[in-house]
Amino acid sequence: MTVPVEITINGKACSGEVEERQLLVHFIRENAGLTGTKVGCDTSQCGTCTVQLDGVSAKSCTVLTVQASGSSVTTIEGISDGVDLHPLQEAFWNNHGLQCGFCTPGMIMAANELLSKNPSPTREEIRHGLEGNICRCTGYQNIVSAVEDAAKAMGGR
Amino acid sequence: MFPAQITYHRAGSVAEAVQLLSDNEGAKLLAGGHSLLPLMKLRLAAPAVLVDIGRIEALKGVSASGGGITIGALTTHAEIASSDLVQQHAPVLAEAAALVGDPAVRNRGTIGGSVSHADPASDQPTVLAALDATFNVTGPGGDRSIAAADFATGLLENALAENEVLTSISVPSVPSGAGSAYVKFPHPASRYAVVGAAAVLAVSGGACSSASVAVGGVETTPVRASSVEAALAGSDLSDAALDAAAAAVAGDLNGDAMGDVFASAEYRRAMAAVYVRRALGAAASRAG
Repeated sequence: MTVPVEITINGKACSGEVEERQLLVHFIRENAGLTGTKVGCDTSQCGTCTVQLDGVSAKSCTVLTVQASGSSVTTIEGISDGVDLHPLQEAFWNNHGLQCGFCTPGMIMAANELLSKNPSPTREEIRHGLEGNICRCTGYQNIVSAVEDAAKAMGGR
Repeated sequence: MFPAQITYHRAGSVAEAVQLLSDNEGAKLLAGGHSLLPLMKLRLAAPAVLVDIGRIEALKGVSASGGGITIGALTTHAEIASSDLVQQHAPVLAEAAALVGDPAVRNRGTIGGSVSHADPASDQPTVLAALDATFNVTGPGGDRSIAAADFATGLLENALAENEVLTSISVPSVPSGAGSAYVKFPHPASRYAVVGAAAVLAVSGGACSSASVAVGGVETTPVRASSVEAALAGSDLSDAALDAAAAAVAGDLNGDAMGDVFASAEYRRAMAAVYVRRALGAAASRAG
């Protein structure tokens, strides 16, 4: 059985008829067509499905679409204007904070929340802030450097 | 992974949630969903009906209430970790909340959902057992209260009737000058507690005037460590006294420890003494 839902994604109202068991990450990818948000472990551990849900980061593989109906979601596509990169995106690029890139959307969404609460974190605090996000390529050094760099860039604005 | 087919209802009030539970046999409550949805995706749970209470504002937030605080069942781990009231009245609860899962999980996971799920590897049930918390419940016949020690009845089982809703948790303030601590051995992947220990120690005139200690992760429900508490009573909280008290936890474990591929029952029992000792050491250093 399907039910109607409406979720504001990146400022735009997205409605659809979905199965009640559908997960938010699939609504974002398949109904809204925003494939920046990835499905990784699918068990709430890897964090690559991280989005902002009503102002806080959430793992969208662990939320039902129907639960989020009426809410606002920001995905990786929504953090920049589509022309200039967000300082976090710029910093990941400059620091080579990725190899395959699969974890990057979640890393950036989680880092964005971290920096909103703690604008100049230590490297240790960055590691704690990203403990819900797993990268299987880089070993995290460059990811931490990227977030550190972004913090400086964002503090300078 | 997808959950099995469900019918979803969003309850606007506690009364409506109770009604929906009464009308739909086998229905499960959904709050933050961070315990239930993973189980449903693995098909370890397949309720036909979900009653979402996640938007009932009356169930959210922390308030001061005679001699302690009342925490709404929908209050998230992140909110508890950063609450001044929790910090003031029961700081050990904030300490434990900050150790749950990871930041995104703490943003969605709720204290009521966590305790109702009754996973012995969760952090807050252990802390609430040590704090002598009371769980406030609403059902078709009205309200009742359940002591923390009686709430979890077994592995993933609780004392709620099929159509009752946990609405809030009352936590008495720790004694003035008491030191408290929660220490855990987190599973490296899931962050659940392989073993977790909570301790609240009060000191008067250089001697321990009250002690409450609980251990989670070892048996199917949190264990109140009364032998440890008895060993601490009146002691000087010296290292030797804490060593002896922590070792007494063996007498509180009934031999029914859980074991799995990561940590055997024997290992968990051994770690219970180690983590109780660490919790006692941290609590003692904060007391006075």
